[in-house]
This record gives sequence, structure tokens and C-alpha cells, in this order.
Amino acid sequence: MARILTLSEAISELVADGDSIALEGFTHLIPVAAGHEIIRQGKRDLTLCRMTPDIVYDQLIGAGCARKLVFSWGGNPGVGSLHRFRDAVQHSWPRPLEIEEHSHAGMANRYAAGASGLPFAILRGYTGTDLPAQTDSIKTVTCPFTGEVLAAVPALNPDVGVVHAQQADREGNVQMWGITGVQKEAVLASKRSLVTVEEIVDELTPRPGAVVLPKWAVTAVAEVPGGAHPSYAQGYSERDNSYYRRWDALSRDRAEFESWLKTEGLAERSAR
Amino acid sequence: MTGTFTADEMMSVAAARSLTNGAACFVGIGLPSTAANLARRTHAPELVLIYESGTLGAKPDRLPLSIGDGVLADTADSVVSVPEIFNYWLQPGRIDFGFLGGAQIDKFGNINSTIIGGDYADPKVRLPGAGGAPEIAASCREVLVVMRQSTRSFVESVDFISSVGYGTGKGDRERLGLRGRGPVKVITDLGIMEPDPETCELTLTRLSPGADVEQVRAATGWDLAVVPEPAVQQAPSETELRVLRELKATIEGDQA
Repeated sequence: MARILTLSEAISELVADGDSIALEGFTHLIPVAAGHEIIRQGKRDLTLCRMTPDIVYDQLIGAGCARKLVFSWGGNPGVGSLHRFRDAVQHSWPRPLEIEEHSHAGMANRYAAGASGLPFAILRGYTGTDLPAQTDSIKTVTCPFTGEVLAAVPALNPDVGVVHAQQADREGNVQMWGITGVQKEAVLASKRSLVTVEEIVDELTPRPGAVVLPKWAVTAVAEVPGGAHPSYAQGYSERDNSYYRRWDALSRDRAEFESWLKTEGLAERSAR
Repeated sequence: MTGTFTADEMMSVAAARSLTNGAACFVGIGLPSTAANLARRTHAPELVLIYESGTLGAKPDRLPLSIGDGVLADTADSVVSVPEIFNYWLQPGRIDFGFLGGAQIDKFGNINSTIIGGDYADPKVRLPGAGGAPEIAASCREVLVVMRQSTRSFVESVDFISSVGYGTGKGDRERLGLRGRGPVKVITDLGIMEPDPETCELTLTRLSPGADVEQVRAATGWDLAVVPEPAVQQAPSETELRVLRELKATIEGDQA
């Protein structure tokens, strides 16, 4: 049964140093406020998983929370590169960052295997690329029926899965709609989960195509209005495109980043 | 013939013209997205735009700023999960065109979007990574690439193969078991390259208006093959230019 907690309680209870965590979101519904709370609580040695690590992962990496990144595309969507991620990979600043790199199809299937309770996933992928040589998490398997050789990737089962959604009811049933990416799979694949929501309502309105996570599939729900900013929550807020552009300039410089971290990243409430 | 246009505008128009009406196109953000949206507003109104965030049949009324832009979800025939878009729609070969860009491309159309210089563990520049490209390049029936041309981006061999074009040459895709045909066109600001039927080496087949062969060779990091007397592309029509400029004006900033 999902417990309704404050964001600070939820991060404190669910996330431990050394955990693997997935803050998922595909441009839409990114759990940014939860990421900022992880920075504020000074969590360390985290393995950060996400298909599309963007600004909030850049902030977590720059703040020194991460030991390892498991990902398939790390950039500032629509703008360019992530400079804190780059600095960590190229210059080990503020600390070395181990990487485990996949394609989107590989990551999506790893979550699907994790959610399915299977040890690995198969896909027709990676063939001919230089990716398999860089990680032992891409191997091949031979189909027992046809003999076709396919890529095999291990299930991804993070300790904690964190997503943002539009609504939950008071019992902790969650509903999200619009682009829902790999969020359902990430929650179901994780050992513990936190869903931050725009609002808690008395009753969820059924919506065609919406994803519902029943209360018994979620560990905790926290009401965090605007918790996806600068990403967007369909029906609630627009994407703050200027923030993404500002981040590009701000994050290029270590001193400017550290100043951001002190004034906004560690501020009581997420930067908005 | 119209008034003045830039080499970038010619590139977007040429890329748009490569898409056929009614086809399903897996669209990357940036130049491919601009071209695909231009095609849907000109000669290919029934073009099916598919973005890797899970939007099938998006009909955005402005250029999306990223593959997960809300305007794509609002206007799509259907929004599906990311595992579904890759497993059900891309992998079985249902998509006609994959439309890609990248940081580097080599003479066999292999694309790098992972690292530049040094080795993987200690790169000179760390790029965002492959994203959806490896399987798009492998599984779409045909791949179109759109990239600005320079010796930095068009290199003898890429620093990292993020997605496969023709591998080491003719027959390599078949040996690897890749199902789609591979990159049938590479469209740049200077012209169009297509694979040689015998060798699969990218060969300059068409020039942009105002560009000449020597200029294209000088912007290419290998000894570029050129067909005899490459044709010059038709300049953008007034309609193409107007629609392209209207599209670009729908977004702020310098997003391509």
C-alpha cells in the first residue's frame, strides 16, 4: 500500500548511500524536485540509471552524488551536451564517473525485463556497433527455435525508482498521461518506488490511454506541485525551455555551477 | 527559381523532398525533424511522423523542441510506451524511413554520436551517446542522414561506431544480419551523397546550387568519389522556402 509522505521523508526513507536509483521521465514528467532533494540530503555513491539523463542528472553528477551512470543518451534535449556529465567523464570532476552505456532499445528492454521478473531481455540490436565491446552488460544469445543470434541485456532492477505523475488519490493510486516513456516499467522494475505528483485528488478521473499504477505497486507518493520543472506536466505546466538554455551556459563553468549549487541546488525548495 | 536562400535551407528542403507521401518516418530531433515537418506541410501531407518518445502519427503545428515535446503527444494518433515503440513498431521493420544525424560519418555511412578523440575510457570529447540510432539504422527499411559537411564531421573512419551504415563495405550489412537497406542518402549543405552500387562507398551524386565539386571534396575527410558530372539540385521553390521559414519561426532560439 502506497504511503503518502513528504518529499523529504520519502527520499530520506527510500534512498540510501550506494543505492542504484532511476529517476525516469522522457522530456515530460521528469522528477526534478526529487533529484534536488537527493542533492540536498547529500546522498553519495549512487548508481544513476536513466535512458535520457538530462539536467537533473547533470546536477546530481556535478554535486558529487553519483558513482556510476547507466544510460543511453545523455544530453540537454533540444540544446546540446551536458557539461557536468562531460566534465566527470573527461576530467573526473568532481569525482570519476563509471559509465554503462546502452542504446534506447536496450535500456527499454532492460526495464521491461526487470518489470517482468526475468533475468534478461532479448532484442535485435547493437549488431556491428562499438557498444558491446565497452560493457559486459551486452551479450548474445541464440534462439533455441530458429538459431538466430540476438542481443541479450540484463534486467535492470534499481533499488529505487522515482517518477513524477499528474495525480494520485488519497490511497496512493497514481495516474499519468501524455508521453509516459518508460516510467511504468521503471516503477515496476524497482525494489522500492516513489511517485511525486502534481496533486493528490479525492478521486482519479478515468482517461483514455492513461497509465495507472495501483497503490499496491507503489511504495510512496509525495505531493510536489511543479515537481517536474523545468520539464513539463501535461495538463498542468509547460516546458520551461529558457531554463534548459540557461543551464547550458551556467553548467559550462565549474565555479558558476558551484555557485548555483549553493544558492539554488541546496535551497529549501527546488529552483523554479 | 526564387530569391536568395542559404545552404542550410537547401539542405532542409532536399532532405524533405527525400520523404515520400504516406511513408512512416522515425524522426530524430534537429535537422531531421525540421525536414520531416517541412515534407508533411508540402508534398507529403500523409507522412507518418514517429518519435522515439512514443508518439505515432504526430501532426505538430509547430516545430517540436525535443522528441518528447507535448505538441507531439497532443497531435498524435496514439502515444505508446518507449518499450513498445522500439519493440513493436521499429524492430519488426514496419518503418519506411529512419532519419538520422550525428557528429561524425565515414565513407561507408557509419555514424558516431558517442565520443570524439582518445579512447572510449578517456575521450577528448564525450557526446550524448547513441540513443535510438543503433536500432533505427539497423531496422528501418531505408535510412536518410542529414548533416552539415566539414572535414571534422565527414571523416575517413569514425572514432566510434554508434550506428552502422555499410560497415566495412558491400555485403557487410548482410553478413551482420541487419535488416534494412542502410543509408540510401546523405544530405548535406553542399550536396547529396549516395552509396556506390558496387562498393557502398558514399559518392557525391548531386550538388547544391552554388557549390562545386572541389568545395565538397575540401569539406570531406576522405578522397571523395564523385559521379561524372553530378547534377545540381533544384533550388527551393517559393512555397518550400516560405513554409520552411514559417516553421523555423515557430520556435525561439537556434534549434535547427
